[in-house]
Amino acid sequence: MKFVDAREPSGGKPVGRRVVFGMLGLGAAGVVFGSSVSRAVQDALSSLGSNGSSIAGLVPGGGYFQLYTVTGGYPTTPEDYQLVVDGLVERPLKLGLAELGALPALSIVRPFQCVTGWRVDSVHWTGVPLRHLLDLAGLAPGATALRFFSFDGVYTESLTLDQARLPDVLVAYKMLDGPVSREHGGPVRLYVPEMYGYKSIKWLQRISVVDKVVPGYWEDYGYAVNAWIGRSNGYNGAGIS
Amino acid sequence: MATTAPGSPEAAQSAGRLLRFDAVARVAHWLTALCFITLIATGAALYIPALVGLVGRRVLVTRIHVDVGLALPLPLLVSLLGPWGRALRADIRRLNRWIPEDREWLRRARRRQPTASVPTGKFNAGQKLNAAFVLGEMVVMLMTGSVMHWFNFFSNSWRTGATFVHDLFAYLLVAVVLGHVFMAVTHPEALRSIFTGRVSRAWARRHAQLWLEEVEPGSREVPGLLSKEPASGVDASR
Repeated sequence: MKFVDAREPSGGKPVGRRVVFGMLGLGAAGVVFGSSVSRAVQDALSSLGSNGSSIAGLVPGGGYFQLYTVTGGYPTTPEDYQLVVDGLVERPLKLGLAELGALPALSIVRPFQCVTGWRVDSVHWTGVPLRHLLDLAGLAPGATALRFFSFDGVYTESLTLDQARLPDVLVAYKMLDGPVSREHGGPVRLYVPEMYGYKSIKWLQRISVVDKVVPGYWEDYGYAVNAWIGRSNGYNGAGIS
Repeated sequence: MATTAPGSPEAAQSAGRLLRFDAVARVAHWLTALCFITLIATGAALYIPALVGLVGRRVLVTRIHVDVGLALPLPLLVSLLGPWGRALRADIRRLNRWIPEDREWLRRARRRQPTASVPTGKFNAGQKLNAAFVLGEMVVMLMTGSVMHWFNFFSNSWRTGATFVHDLFAYLLVAVVLGHVFMAVTHPEALRSIFTGRVSRAWARRHAQLWLEEVEPGSREVPGLLSKEPASGVDASR
């Protein structure tokens, strides 16, 4: 194609084109090898002991939590916070933080794996195993699944009863080195170690026992309902974990 | 800066200013700028923790980010691919081609030496680099953003890699855009030309000597300004 203006100097090397192609090459290499580079960055940063809202969270591939919230703002913790367990149960529960803390707790160290590819290794979690809460409430006939509601009910999640009964599924009130922070879904969030992070609903307000699985928030946008790490959402085989 | 005081001899001489950017180029520039600003703002609201908390509404913000991202190349493409794009196509060609003076200009700029004495065409080496960088950014961000959005079609490792590149190039983009805006506000006449399209001859004589010579042969004459003999002849007799 010739668009040359008659007055246009025709000489000169096409440096601009080389810059563009150079960037494309770098970008393509980054897509192919970026996950290992990002891994290396992550290791380097974790040796610096990155934590909380440190700068590591802003470094690409920095191996720290990307914070997501689907409603405006992170909610503040109400003084009189109570976790509600209701639906198809024999004894509906309302548990304050002190009551949750008094129940038998489980502490585990497990990674947090986001479906978008980032992951944080060796996160400390402490909370009440969800199955203890279910035992405490007692299941009524017809119970097959659970619905979880975030503070304002906009974000929801789901688990089957079998998934919820896995021993390491926690109603967590401690995460990292202290109480679950506001950004991370405090005071109480769910943690489902074997599933992608969107299952680990933040700002957990209510657990409702129901007779069938109702897909959660992101699941309405196409994410897998059964969000097993490495075995769902287009991933197959070993996955990242 | 070569702003011309009204009533000065230069102003009188420059009656009838030179067209630097036609309407097509100006509209393309501002629509592209609008897209980039929206993308940077929504990208920040998806990525920076403090803003994530402030804005929230992840689905809506993601939707805007993706839609505007897909629209990003349209102003440029529509402007280029048509009979109306003649001047813009010529500009793209100018931005692509580097003459030896451009290397010299860049060498001096990097050493923070004055560049005024290096004859430049319609665009200097910095402007050429900026244009190439922005075009490269557009393509890389579209590619990696597509992998992120249609992740089901790509491997796990590519998705992570694409996210890594997208984040990294976003930082580069913000740095270059800030540089671009800084250069614009510190060069008011050049800035004005992306609104009005026109520059004075005094400006062209100072910032785009070879271009001025090209569009108006014989009009480039500033005694003592050029330390280096330019490639073409100089009319030294005005």
